[in-house]
Amino acid sequence: MSFDRIREKLNILADAAKYDVSCASSGSNRKNTNKGIGNATGMGICHTYTQDGRCVSLLKILLTNHCIFDCAYCVTRKSNDIKRAAFKVQEVVDLTINFYRRNYIEGLFLSSGIFKNADYTMERLVAVAKKLRLEENFNGYIHLKSIPGASDELMKEAGLYADRLSVNIEIPTKAGLKELAPDKNHEDFIKPMTKVKNEIMQYNSEKKIIKSTPKYAPAGQSTQMIIGASGENDMQIMYTSNYLYNRFDLKRVYYSGYIPVSYDKRLPVIGTEVPVLRENRLYQTDWLLRFYGFDIRELLNPEHPNLDLDIDPKLTWALRNLNQFPINVNTADKMLLARVPGLGMVSVNKIINARRFRKLNWEHLKTIGVKLNRAKYFITCNSKHFEHKDYAASQLKQIIVNSSNSKHKTAFTGQLALFT
Amino acid sequence: MQATTLVYDGSFDGFLSSIFEIYEQRITNPIIIKKSEFQNQLFGEQLNIISNSNHAKRVWDGIKKLLKPNGSKLLYYAFLSEIYGLENTLFKVIKYAFETQKNVISDFGNSHVLSLSKTAKKVSREKHRMEAFVRFQQTKDGIYFANILPDFNVLPLINSHFTKRYADQKWIIYDLKRKYGLFYNLVKTEVITLDLNNNILNEDIFTSEEHHYETLWKDYFKSTNIEERVNNALHVKHVPKRYWKYLSEKHP
Ligand code: SF4
Repeated sequence: MSFDRIREKLNILADAAKYDVSCASSGSNRKNTNKGIGNATGMGICHTYTQDGRCVSLLKILLTNHCIFDCAYCVTRKSNDIKRAAFKVQEVVDLTINFYRRNYIEGLFLSSGIFKNADYTMERLVAVAKKLRLEENFNGYIHLKSIPGASDELMKEAGLYADRLSVNIEIPTKAGLKELAPDKNHEDFIKPMTKVKNEIMQYNSEKKIIKSTPKYAPAGQSTQMIIGASGENDMQIMYTSNYLYNRFDLKRVYYSGYIPVSYDKRLPVIGTEVPVLRENRLYQTDWLLRFYGFDIRELLNPEHPNLDLDIDPKLTWALRNLNQFPINVNTADKMLLARVPGLGMVSVNKIINARRFRKLNWEHLKTIGVKLNRAKYFITCNSKHFEHKDYAASQLKQIIVNSSNSKHKTAFTGQLALFT
Repeated sequence: MQATTLVYDGSFDGFLSSIFEIYEQRITNPIIIKKSEFQNQLFGEQLNIISNSNHAKRVWDGIKKLLKPNGSKLLYYAFLSEIYGLENTLFKVIKYAFETQKNVISDFGNSHVLSLSKTAKKVSREKHRMEAFVRFQQTKDGIYFANILPDFNVLPLINSHFTKRYADQKWIIYDLKRKYGLFYNLVKTEVITLDLNNNILNEDIFTSEEHHYETLWKDYFKSTNIEERVNNALHVKHVPKRYWKYLSEKHP
């Protein structure tokens, strides 16, 4: 293969793929079998980080950036005047294997523009995964994009070789989709997602009876929504997300602040700032739903349709529900502790462990490494001294905002640090 | 009270053998120190410990029974930090566990337990970093070679990760600081020492393809960047500057 040609293709097709923010390589359970290459068990590994602090763990590329569609928000859209390129199946296989052998990556994330039609494209994505698994004996991580509108048969085959499958919803509402991606319809997304969900369910039930049932997409499926392209409020976004989690049993929903890529009048103009802080608040909300036992209606509702940008969603909720505080750290159960602003799950577990040995006071909490600057207003412990005075919610918000240092306010940490 | 200094060979077995002697000889005020760090003392008694795998195993089994696999793992991690004097902290934790006959590993109210736990966490972080940042280069005789300079002695900890992962290629990971390495020969992974004069790091031991893949990787790294989102503070937080030496994509 010609090195220069590959180099050019890689530059074009990696550049076009970077807008997909998913980087997860975790949650699979593929072991190295038959002395092959690679494994994808347990935690994912970030092999490096981009300058904007995103984890790089997969070779994330498009098979091609030729596309028959014209979605307004996408750099690859038909009407955009850019350089186009296409990898051959074998070229992607070689790149993946050689990067993997050098410990650059955990595996491959392969997406594509739609050329000819959905099935034609999906077939090629599946061919790459199949070759990696069957010819190269590759057990690393493979994430394939499900092409909207791809047939059930292909989706079934895709799941046999991929660890994760994803279809990007991109636009959170049907109306927005119609406006910005007129070639696509809602059904085209739902179909492959439903198929994958059903296959996973079937796999799980067969697995119980027949141990050797071939794996099907062991790391599940995910999707992505673009934030700030089509005017939705946070409530619309998070209700859609909540629906997707429940309906399709998704592993993750990713939120990607829209990066202006066109002068299209339907969209924010080029140069508009990427809503990174809003994106972070959405991720925090997402975590509160999945790990902290919150119901979406507690956080967003017609009365409060948008998240507060000044403070995180857990603190926002707490300030609206001051009557539920203070909480006694020595007696409260785990899920109640998890509701205290400033206490992440790591701190909650530390408290639960430590309080088995003694009743905790402020000193103990500090020594075991629990950050108290926000939590102290919401808890009591084995001490006569309490921070909890009868502040009004607005007062307390001011105090907390003023005391959190500016580093905290500006260096928000994308999808990585959500432990609040 | 007179202190007794126990001098051991620096190995984990040696450390456990020291603990054995402390109990066997009822030493009341012990100081455990590596031979390499020991300077003759004028005062107190000195005891040279010879590693004894039998004794070590007996102590280790006792520890595992109390601290459970998880806690004993943390103790081993902390040991590998090689921090000066940490043996004595570890001993105090072991003593605390033996005395109370409890699994004390999460009793962070005890300052020794807390310090063990913090150290183990640092070592664990270094382990994960090495698993992430090791970069192999293929030599002309087909071995994937990487050298590292970790803060702590993590080779024993990353062995199984790389052995499981790269089962069909020969590889070497060499710790330049501690002057030993792991070599996987397609059958099993062995500890090796190499006579590394400077020319091992000489470019022409590597294949010509090697340079191509490095270039492709660097390009790839550049393409994944989203200009509009650059946040260098966050970037440096994830990859502290001292690790950049491993990462070819960060070299100009
Ligand atoms: S179909 Fe996909 S690649 Fe093509 S324009 Fe739409 S979003 Fe972009």
